[in-house]
Amino acid sequence: MFTGILTATVFLPAAAGAVIALAARSDQQVRWASIASSIVTFALSLIVFSGYYVDPDGVRFIDRFENWIPIPGLESQYLLGVDGLSAPFILLTGLLGMAAALASWRIRLRVREYYLWLLILTSAVMGVFASLDLLLFFIFFEFELIPMYMLISIWGTGRPRYSAMKFVLFTIFGGAFLLVAVLAVFISTGTFQMVALPSEAGSVIQGIPQRIAGADLIAPAALLFSFFLIAFAVKLPLWPLHNWLPDAHTDAPTAVSVMLAGVLLKMGGYGLLRINVGFFQETKGFTVHDAAGVLAVLAAVSTLYGAIVTIRQTDMKRLIAFSSVSHMGFVMLGISAIAGSGAAASGGLNGAAMQMFTHGTITGLAFLMVGLVYDRAHTRYIPHLGGLWRKIPAIGVFFLIAGFASLGLPGTSGFVSEIMVFLAAFEVWSFAAGFAAFGVVLAAGYVLWMVQRTFFGPGPAKGGMSATQYEALEDAHPFDMVPVLALSTAIFAVGIWPRLLTDVFRTGIEATIR
Amino acid sequence: MTAHDWWIIAPELAAAGLAALLVIADLALRNKRILAELAVIGLAAPLFFSLNLWFGWYGDTTDPSALFGAITADRFALFFHFLLIGVSAAVILASTKYLERMPGLRGEFLALMLFSMSGMMMLVSAKELVAIYVSLELTALPVAALAAFHRGARSVEAGLKFLVLSAIASALLLYGMVYIYGFTGSTNLEIILQRLNEIPSQPDQPFGSYGVLLGVVLIVAGFAFKMAVVPWQMWVPDVYEGSPTPLAAFLSVASKAAAFAVIIRVLYAAFGSEPLTQDWSGLIAALAAVTMTVGNLLALSQKNIKRLLGYSTVSQAGYMLAGVAAVSANSGSAGFIAGPQGVLYYLMGYAFTNLAVFLSVIAITHRTGNELISGLNGMGRRSPVVAMLLTVGLLSLLGVPPTVGFMSKAFVFSAAVNSGLIWLAVIGVVNTAVSAYYYLRIVRAMYFEEPSSDEPIRADLRALAATGTAAAGVAVFGIGPWFLLKLAEESLTIL
Repeated sequence: MFTGILTATVFLPAAAGAVIALAARSDQQVRWASIASSIVTFALSLIVFSGYYVDPDGVRFIDRFENWIPIPGLESQYLLGVDGLSAPFILLTGLLGMAAALASWRIRLRVREYYLWLLILTSAVMGVFASLDLLLFFIFFEFELIPMYMLISIWGTGRPRYSAMKFVLFTIFGGAFLLVAVLAVFISTGTFQMVALPSEAGSVIQGIPQRIAGADLIAPAALLFSFFLIAFAVKLPLWPLHNWLPDAHTDAPTAVSVMLAGVLLKMGGYGLLRINVGFFQETKGFTVHDAAGVLAVLAAVSTLYGAIVTIRQTDMKRLIAFSSVSHMGFVMLGISAIAGSGAAASGGLNGAAMQMFTHGTITGLAFLMVGLVYDRAHTRYIPHLGGLWRKIPAIGVFFLIAGFASLGLPGTSGFVSEIMVFLAAFEVWSFAAGFAAFGVVLAAGYVLWMVQRTFFGPGPAKGGMSATQYEALEDAHPFDMVPVLALSTAIFAVGIWPRLLTDVFRTGIEATIR
Repeated sequence: MTAHDWWIIAPELAAAGLAALLVIADLALRNKRILAELAVIGLAAPLFFSLNLWFGWYGDTTDPSALFGAITADRFALFFHFLLIGVSAAVILASTKYLERMPGLRGEFLALMLFSMSGMMMLVSAKELVAIYVSLELTALPVAALAAFHRGARSVEAGLKFLVLSAIASALLLYGMVYIYGFTGSTNLEIILQRLNEIPSQPDQPFGSYGVLLGVVLIVAGFAFKMAVVPWQMWVPDVYEGSPTPLAAFLSVASKAAAFAVIIRVLYAAFGSEPLTQDWSGLIAALAAVTMTVGNLLALSQKNIKRLLGYSTVSQAGYMLAGVAAVSANSGSAGFIAGPQGVLYYLMGYAFTNLAVFLSVIAITHRTGNELISGLNGMGRRSPVVAMLLTVGLLSLLGVPPTVGFMSKAFVFSAAVNSGLIWLAVIGVVNTAVSAYYYLRIVRAMYFEEPSSDEPIRADLRALAATGTAAAGVAVFGIGPWFLLKLAEESLTIL
């Protein structure tokens, strides 16, 4: 089987990036060609998503080359495909990849390399969501480190090298556990295939979830589960493994923060859903249901801790970064509802998946807006700002949209996902959900307080911009608004018509939890 | 000796002959610049004879065993012949410029290196304890001379250190061999296995008897020196730092590969039956865990790039040992990858990787003369091609997909998990995470730090070709590992 469209979606950005880096004559050409290729990638991802949306059924768009590593002992396939769980994330990666490329048009330093790494990053993340072979999944999961390390180190601000190294060490540490668990799962089940697939002959080739059910594992299921959990909790990130996130997000260039918060964190959540939930349904001795209580507590702590630390932040970017810790806690809370009845479990997982998608668009937008503010005011220090609304109202409007969506205002996508998570989690873990709900209250606090201190008030505070600098502020360039509008559209579209995603996610989740 | 014997040992003889020829050519030739080229072209001879044994073109090669069973040219030995010849050729090619700094000694340098190589080829072919011992000495003595080549204080120290420690290790090895001989009455590996299964054994003692255990421990200790395994690692950084860099490259790849070949052969041929394997598997697993951890921790604080790479090879030896220890209970029958297959693949991949790293370092340091990590500052701009090749090599050492280093680690650790050593795999991957710090520090110096001067560094074309080939191997065999794996699988049919 080889339809080719997913292979194209995954490798087009990297291939285009390489060709552009070698062939383009000027920085200007690099810029436009890269933006064009990211738009094509988005179009491809849109085709994949809408193709799946029209007919959501099992695994589709399969690209399969069985003899990638044909040696007995590591029979890995080149296997790409989408199902209900991954289709929306393919779309999200295409969307944010495009937004990041568009938002980078002001980059002047080493443009050729910058776009090369950015496009390679898009490819790597796309590969994570498209892979249905566990080893291939791992390869993409780890490979993403290289472009990220380069992007933060070279084009970052503040202490970029420190932050980049911290990010790499945390992720590689998690990846180490992931590799052992991946190998152990393979040796226990004899396959890397992450889902059941129809074979050429019409029968079904069983994947890991089917083969692992009730099988004798090479290591205790609880151990493997915790190895996967560590790896994905670093990426998500979940308290207490969140430490790398504020530094990496704050010091990365705007577009890279967008990618980092928008899609890289989702690799962790996606792994939790696909592997921790999907594989450990009927394992011998220990299933995901047994761990749900711990997950709920971790989620509540993450949510509250993240929210409380967020309020104290004085750097706009760091504030949004910390709010991600809190918001990713909701994802975990949704997953912990797996211990509940059928409706609560599937609702919680659906909510978790929705929360990931919406957080990707919302936080992506928030980082874009902070980037625009910083480009003009040259500071992100909240106490030095103020009164920006009068000079840059267009940026203010979209900043407010991102803020409102982030605190879960009805009509935006943030509302839909949070309500889904809490409805399900409250039924199963009412205490943890009750605590975590304070995270939502605090979110309203930190978002509104930040907007108030930066955009409203008479003008910049003492120590900030001088009066002449303030008067010279210019509102957003129309081109800056292209990615902003794209993400805002997604936020409202999902907020008003959530079935756009929930229907797709549901097919994936029903297949996962059986 | 029959004609058959001659064919079987032809590769080793050709290598030694080539070395002797170079000494004579050094005396006879006026233009000594072509010596290196001569050596590389001359390596075609041992390569040809090895290929001949693999494919059976000429002569009677159906029975790989020769010299009354002391030497064998089986696939396993030939696999390592190819590796050793390839590594030597690459090192010689890349060091032609470097050798120009020692104009009077070019011929000797090449000849000693090739003598050592012929010893290694003999070592991987030997399947009898005395032959193993003799060829081990043949590999070590030229290296001691080479390490002292610069004649400076550091270089002489390196040579002396290597000589003394190597002598102690040889003594231990010999002592262990004597024990084994005393218990089994034979020095032939296969007969040892036979006898061990025959002689009455105490079930409560490892290897059936504490005496055999002592013999095995001493033998492993003797080889551990060559593999640079803890606690025999202390010579590595000093020798790497003090000796000519091409020698460090040669040692880190060829010498290590030969030592792993012989330990795999000894353990699997002489102690390869079921209860015995479990006994030494635990020993090797413990050595592996200690080696990778100590090597990594010591590498963290190094400032000199050659010392850092020295400790890095120590930790890499630890990962490989994990594969040696992985004697899976169900290997073969269940079709899962056997530990040794992973090790062979690892060694091949490691040869490409470490050559890419060392040869790039040679290309840069012999111009700048600065062997500190900070000496690489800004190389991303001053020498973009070499910096890129070095980065590829470092990422592979770190084990980032899709390089060959990642695949190697995946194979070795998967073999470890499969044989129930999941704790060892965990230690291994955590060590991998730690190693990110010091490997990436070099990348950081090259790309993010400001150079002391902006003068571009042009690499010699031959060196660039050798380094580029190695780096291409890193990428190609990482993305498409099947060719090397098939080769490794075929080479292991004899075990």
